Amino acid sequence: MHDMTAPQGGHALNRKELAADERREKRQILGLSLPAAAIILVLLVIPVGWLFALSFVSNGEIGLANYTRMIEYSAYLSIFSTTILISLFVTLLCIVLGYPVAYLLGQMPPRLATIGLAFVIIPFWTSILVRTYAWLVILQRQGIVNDALIGIGLIDEPLRLAHNLTGTVIGMTHVMLPFLVLPLYATVRNIDGDLMRAANNMGASPARAFRDVFLPLSMPGLIAGSLLVFILCLGFYVTPQILGGGRVIMVSMKIQQNVQTYFDWGAGSALGVVLLLIVFAIFYLVHRLAGLDRIFAR
Amino acid sequence: MSVGPLPIAPYRRLWLYGVVAGVLFFLVAPIFIVIPISFSDSEFLEFPPRGFSLRWYAAYFNDPQWMAATRVSFIAAALTVLFATPLGTAAAYAIHRAQSRWVRSLHVLMLLPQMVPLILIGIGLFYVYIQLGLVNSMLGIVLAHTLLATPFVVVTVLAGLQSFDMTQEKVARSLGASWPVAFFTVTLPQIRLSMVSGAFFAFTTSLDEVVIGLFIAGGDNTVLTRRMFLSLRDQIEPTIAAISSLLIVITLAALIAVALFARKAD
Repeated sequence: MHDMTAPQGGHALNRKELAADERREKRQILGLSLPAAAIILVLLVIPVGWLFALSFVSNGEIGLANYTRMIEYSAYLSIFSTTILISLFVTLLCIVLGYPVAYLLGQMPPRLATIGLAFVIIPFWTSILVRTYAWLVILQRQGIVNDALIGIGLIDEPLRLAHNLTGTVIGMTHVMLPFLVLPLYATVRNIDGDLMRAANNMGASPARAFRDVFLPLSMPGLIAGSLLVFILCLGFYVTPQILGGGRVIMVSMKIQQNVQTYFDWGAGSALGVVLLLIVFAIFYLVHRLAGLDRIFAR
Repeated sequence: MSVGPLPIAPYRRLWLYGVVAGVLFFLVAPIFIVIPISFSDSEFLEFPPRGFSLRWYAAYFNDPQWMAATRVSFIAAALTVLFATPLGTAAAYAIHRAQSRWVRSLHVLMLLPQMVPLILIGIGLFYVYIQLGLVNSMLGIVLAHTLLATPFVVVTVLAGLQSFDMTQEKVARSLGASWPVAFFTVTLPQIRLSMVSGAFFAFTTSLDEVVIGLFIAGGDNTVLTRRMFLSLRDQIEPTIAAISSLLIVITLAALIAVALFARKAD
């Protein structure tokens, strides 16, 4: 009797212990994410939550004053429309310039594609300040572009290319282009070339095959890339501040000014909350249309 | 997965090669124009420079303020790598291994610092740091940079883990290794390439960060990018050309180092 029950009892105990062990291990492994999660919670989620609360405080009173001001004052409306129009335009430029690059590199043999990709990755990892500075030098009155245009007799007077909208758009496009090309390239690279050849065999012209086969298959990458560019443009600060020369005011610049110059946390926060809502709405759109992974995989 | 040659004669798409070459030129030319300008002997930012000199490099290395800002930036970047790499790796491992309903939310949480506009993170941190007395402190800068850099490490290490065969770890476990031992002896050596890339991303993220630094990295702990930004906005010093060239060389060297490491690891 004794030797029959002992192992059985031990077995049940063992199973219980094993289950407890497994739970403990699960907790431990999940716990590994705690330090990173804590940093993000304490330094991002809580502060942004604070700003959200502050956005409802104006001159010591609780209310919607900071939000109604955005609708009532034309200055605020024009800042939002400027920001959205510039972002749209830069996104469009990035699509026009970036699509051919991703399309061609996607068809190159791997070695050549890697070289081409280096031309996209090097600027991607170069400091935004360095690139903005480079454009300031190139676009200035006595810069290379003006010198060249005068040299070939196209213009007599140097054009105003920096410290205005033109400079801002050129600089922003340069900074944003890799953000469009990289996710698009990743998508295009995986399109089966046989599909294009099949379309060709069925009598489709190259243009028709591109339009009806390639373009739809590249859509997820194109959507992810262009929405990412649009989002980053909406919150862009450095390049418009420097290349805009004070003539271009975007939302982020107004937020900075409200907080650092006027110490008006409510007004700055309210602008930030609106910006954040727009950005999150677009991320949700990306999530539904293309999958967030396409944006974050580099 | 190569697409291979299409049934289009190369000469019929010459225009496409032209456009792509033009765009690639647009992407890199500005970066490499800065380097010759930094060797100019003129006060003006002319290209091509007429005379050669090292005066802007001398100006940079002899300016105690630029030197102090450089020191702060590099210390902050090094500390950010030390914090963000283990934090991000641990979080990536947790996301990859844990089968819990929290994993999805955890993953999204890890990506938040890349989703929220920087200006908003900047003023949020500024507000909190005022209460905590962390404005213009090294600790404050490193924490902020760690916040920004950790998602890069999470994403790269997660990609590394996804291409790693987890059964190897299971084998180690079945042979009696505890999970930390299995992780450090079996998994870690095989995902080290993605950790090195993650560390590189963390370093560059910290070194290049501008917007948040404008709020929280002034005074004795002014970072390099903050001084550069203010100089570019208010009055451009030619010294910037020298600093920019050095930053370009550092970025290129780091990119090449990671690429070489990747080739060796293959």
